[in-house]
This record gives sequence, C-alpha cells and structure tokens, in this order.
Amino acid sequence: MEQKKITDLSQEKVIEIKELDKSFGELKVLSSADLNLIKGENLVVLGKSGTGKSVLIKIIIGLLKPDKGMVNVLGNTVDQITYKELLALRLRVGFSFQSSALYDSMTVKQNLEFPLVRNQRSLTKAETAKRVDEMLDAVGLLKTLHQMPSELSGGQRKRIGIARTLILQPEIMLYDEPSAGLDPITCMEINKLINDVQERFHTSAIIITHDLTCAKEVGNRFAMLTDGRFEKQGTFEEVFNSGNKQAQPFYDYNFIQ
Amino acid sequence: MNFTWFLSVYNVYRFIARFFREAFLPPYEFKELMRQCYEIGYRSALLISTTGFITGLVFTKQSRPSLSEFGATSWLPSLVGIALIRTLAPLLTGLIAAGKVGSSIGAELGSMNVTEQIDAMEVSATNPFKYLVVTRVLAATITMPILTFYTAMIGMLGSLLNVATNEGTSASAFFQSSLESITFLDVTASTVKAILFGFTIGIVGCYQGYNSSKGTEGVGKAANASVVIAMFLIFVEEVICVQFFSFFLT
Ligand SMILES: Nc1ncnc2c1ncn2[C@@H]1O[C@H](COP(=O)(O)OP(=O)(O)O)[C@@H](O)[C@H]1O
Ligand SMILES: [Mg+2]
Repeated sequence: MEQKKITDLSQEKVIEIKELDKSFGELKVLSSADLNLIKGENLVVLGKSGTGKSVLIKIIIGLLKPDKGMVNVLGNTVDQITYKELLALRLRVGFSFQSSALYDSMTVKQNLEFPLVRNQRSLTKAETAKRVDEMLDAVGLLKTLHQMPSELSGGQRKRIGIARTLILQPEIMLYDEPSAGLDPITCMEINKLINDVQERFHTSAIIITHDLTCAKEVGNRFAMLTDGRFEKQGTFEEVFNSGNKQAQPFYDYNFIQ
Repeated sequence: MNFTWFLSVYNVYRFIARFFREAFLPPYEFKELMRQCYEIGYRSALLISTTGFITGLVFTKQSRPSLSEFGATSWLPSLVGIALIRTLAPLLTGLIAAGKVGSSIGAELGSMNVTEQIDAMEVSATNPFKYLVVTRVLAATITMPILTFYTAMIGMLGSLLNVATNEGTSASAFFQSSLESITFLDVTASTVKAILFGFTIGIVGCYQGYNSSKGTEGVGKAANASVVIAMFLIFVEEVICVQFFSFFLT
C-alpha cells in the first residue's frame, strides 16, 4: 500500500508534548512521553490496551491533568490556562470518544445541535438546522435525524459522534479507537470518513487504534506507545520493519492471523 | 475521621461554592431549567397527592379520641392545619422527593458520567456543570415550596373528608378555622424549610451522580447514596429549623 502524503508542508507543530508524566496512584501510565502533531497530518498512535493512549489524548483536551511536562496545543499550555480559555480552546479541538458518548436522552438532531447552539449563539434556527443536515450528510446518516442513539448501530453511533465533533469545525481532531469493535466493512467506511475529514476540512488529527490495516489507510505518520513513552515514531516501515521488539507482536497479530 | 473524610467534606464544599458561582453567571440554561421543574413536579405529583391525602385523613382520625376527651373536636381543623403546614407537609414532601427526585438525579448524572456523556459536553466546549447541575439544583429548590403547599392542601382535603363525615362540618367552615390558625410565621418557616430541602436533594443527587465511580455499579451507588444522604440531611435540617423558628414562635 502507498504511504499517504501530507499536503501542508509548513511543518508547523499544532500539538507539542514534552516529557509528559502521568500516574494514577502507584500506576505509572505515561513517563517522559514526547510527541508532536504537525499541521495537516494524520498521526496514528498505536499501543496495547491499557498503555495510556486514551489518557494521553484526554490530557491534550484538558480532561485529565498531567503530573509533569509540557503540553502545548495551538499555542496554549493546556494545564495552565483558565477554564474559560480551555473551553475556547476546545472549540478548536474535536474529540471523538471510544464509546461515542452520544447523549442518550436526545435525538440525533439534538445531539448535533447541542454544541452548536451553545457556542454559536448568533446562528438562526434555520442556519442551525442547515448545518446539522450538512454534517449528517457528510457522514452519510441524514436518515437518522430523528432517531434516538439507542436505535443506532455501533458504526452509526461512531459516525454521529464524529459528526457532532466536526460541527464546530475544529482544526484538530482526536479520534479514540474510531474503528474498534466494528465489522471490517464499517471499519473501512470509518477510515474513509477520517480521510475525507482530513481532505475537506484540512484538519490535523491524532488517531488511536490497534488495528494496523486501519492505521495504514489513514496515517501519514505513526507512533508506538510502549512503557509510557514513544520510542518509535515515523513512517510505517520505520516503526514496524526495524526489528522493533515491541512492534513485532502487533504486526504479527494483524497480518499473519 | 480520617483524611479522606475531610477531603470529601472539602469537595462537597467546593461543589456547592461552584454552584453559587455558576448559577449567577451567564449563559443561563433557561429552557432546561423549565424542563427540569416540570419533570420534578410531574414525577412526584401522584405519590405526593396520595400520601398527602392519606396523611391528612389518618392524622385527623387518630387525633380525634384525645381531643374528644376534652370535648374539643371542633379544634380538629386548626390542629391539622398547623401540623400540616409546620411539619407534616415539608417533611413528607421532602422525604418523598428525596426518594423520587433525588434517586433519579443521582442515577441520571451517574450514568451520564459512566458513559462519558459529561466528558463529551466538556470537550464540545460546553460547561456541563451549568447545563446539568445548576439547572437541576435550581429546579429542585424552586419546585419544593410549591409541592409542599400542594401537599398541605391535599392533606387538608383528606382531613376535611374525615371531619365532614364525622362532625358534619362544611368545607367553608373547615377551611376558615384551619386557615385562621396558620400564621405568617408558619408559612415563612415552611417555605424556608422547603427551599432548604429542595436545595439539599438537588445538591446531594448531583454531587453523587457527577462524582460517581466509573463502571455500572457506580450508577446504583450514586442513586442509593443520593436518597440515603438527602433523607438524613432533611431530618437534621428539620431539627435545626424547628429549634430556630420556635425561638421566634415563643
Ligand atoms: N481516571 C482514571 N483513574 C485511574 N486510572 C485510570 C484512569 N484513566 C485511566 N486509568 C488507567 O490508566 C491506564 C491506561 O488507560 P487508557 O489510557 O484508557 O488505556 P488505553 O491505552 O487502552 O486507552 C489503565 O491501566 C487505566 O486503568
Ligand atoms: Mg483507550
């Protein structure tokens, strides 16, 4: 498979993480992790379950606080800005949950409207409705407009979750295991969606996954999280074809099986 | 009393402080507040009506023998009126709402926490505390006084049924003598208590739900703790209020 190329060549860092530490009590999750996200790229973060991938992006969005180290997102040090500034930053960074995290008590339409009406108060009802329709159309689920989340399939929920995030037109997208637990076809649809988003909205993205097929399809660059840090970063070949002991089991699992 | 105990007291204090800070700052979630008020009233109306009516009726029936010893059964309407307004209505309504409303707030916010819906609000640049906590606490605080006077009214109807069948008192005579004996201070004290109970139910339910442990058992625990703690606090507040207001009554 062809390695994907980035179109934006400015090499500007939109996320910069240096020597990041995070523990929960005795459990050391991240220790001295370094990672950059370059403008316009899709960076794939790989790692075994429980290595702290979700913790990493939750720190980026300010849901968790780092113990030590620097996390800079679009020029803001996330653990040092006020709550108001953090909310303003979150307008520019989208977060798609592993669990989709749709609002159970609201219809699909209300789910998408929720962030919109609260953050862009100047929009009229008609403009809001139009944005919701456009976004649902972009993820191919316009027909679910009036359905409740409980009536949707896992893949549909994922896509609605992504649509709800995209409706605020973020500059950065953080995808937490977008294709985990989905069948191969739905998984491919999600991959296509991630690539569409990159092209259409010129977003930079961190995509967490443990599926290498998915990783290869969406990633421009790859980083492997082992023992709380990123030892290996680079192209797919650099991470996997270098006799890397940590990466090998991953590769074997995905391609030999 | 160890360190974690102090830590949780401090966390509750911070939660309440945050409520007051966020309640007065815009943006206001007015529509959601109205929806919550409606939900609370709607959820507890049937249970409160039944309990209020039965309490009024039974209380009247049970009080009659003692009063008739002194030939004072004509005092029944005012006795029931005072008892309902001063204690029975606020306490009954508070306890029922703690069970009905408190548990559902705890369970709802608890499950939203477990399924990361609260985090989802955070990351979509919305303050979930304002949308979820402030609206529910305010709704409970506003609705409780209304429900309390509703309970008192229904209780008096129950009492009227009993008095009318036994003594043949007319409705107008019944209400005249019962309402005459209720003072402004009684109404004030009752309102204050109801507001306090409503606030307690709202804060306890929201705190438990908002801070529930992750995992499904966290939801059950949050709902259960919401009821138990709110009921306990309501009794404590009742005792304190009685002391406080009896100081003025005498
Ligand atoms: N809020 C939390 N409190 C305590 N431990 C946590 C918390 N979040 C994550 N952990 C722990 O941190 C480790 C990494 O979790 P996570 O980032 O979710 O892993 P994954 O790489 O599979 O996404 C796990 O062992 C998890 O139990
Ligand atoms: Mg995870």
